[in-house]
Amino acid sequence: MSEPVATVKTFMGVFVTLLILTGITVAVSLINLGPFSAVIALTIATIKALLVVLFFMEVRYSPKITMAVIIAGIFWLGILLALSMTDYLSRAWGTYGQ
Amino acid sequence: MEQQRETAAFGMWLFLVTEIMFFGGMFCAYLVYRVSYFDAFVAGSQKMNITLGALNTAVLICSSVTMVLGVHAAKTNRRRATVLFLLLTIMLGLVFLGIKAVEYHEHWIAGEFPGPNFHFDGPDPRHTQLFFSLYFAMTGLHALHMIIGICVVGTIAYFAWKGHYSSEFHTPVEITGLYWHFVDVVWIYLFPLLYLISHKH
Repeated sequence: MSEPVATVKTFMGVFVTLLILTGITVAVSLINLGPFSAVIALTIATIKALLVVLFFMEVRYSPKITMAVIIAGIFWLGILLALSMTDYLSRAWGTYGQ
Repeated sequence: MEQQRETAAFGMWLFLVTEIMFFGGMFCAYLVYRVSYFDAFVAGSQKMNITLGALNTAVLICSSVTMVLGVHAAKTNRRRATVLFLLLTIMLGLVFLGIKAVEYHEHWIAGEFPGPNFHFDGPDPRHTQLFFSLYFAMTGLHALHMIIGICVVGTIAYFAWKGHYSSEFHTPVEITGLYWHFVDVVWIYLFPLLYLISHKH
């Protein structure tokens, strides 16, 4: 097989990193950071998701089109979330205030 | 063969993108209502068992590692190791579901299951019930994916035991792995959203 194969050593490195990040995200959640706690928790979750996708799902070693499909999927999810929020966040405008 | 393998993996990715949108609808509902009824969601989030949630996150990460080692074993022609790692993955998946069941039971006892028996002492019980509806729907859909995943990994383990896979042909093991890891990624987001970001200080 010509496909490049990730080594067990890489998997173990990713494994340990994922566990450490889980520990960090739980520890950070116990500190009061106001709105930043959501930002930090989701940033850590995204790093963890990236590690799983790139190494465990071997996207790093896959054809570029796989990456294109994933980015398209996330982009579409972004449209769903962003446009829904522009609706809900702007509904109150003109109802309250002046 | 190489092209067949890549095409199969690509097809699985297309399916996973539809799954992103499937879960995405629920994440969107969560986002909209969290913004609208923030205090009720924070109150509901306090009732989550962070210890069990974190433990389950670790269990799922371990199962992803055993899955990846199973795929690696299939690629390197180690039949017994492939079967062993796949069975370990199933076992960890069952542990996850067991811990989830304990959590569901705790919520059920505390009257936090949405419905006529829902009971919550808080500022806005109606919208906290909405939080719990989303909690059960999102983790329930995730658990359903886990159950399907366990069945699929079980089937793959059986075929691996029968000697169907080798370094020449291991596509089914690989795309089952993709599905399993995807379910792990969903949990990676569910855990902070439902358990962590509204913790009281």
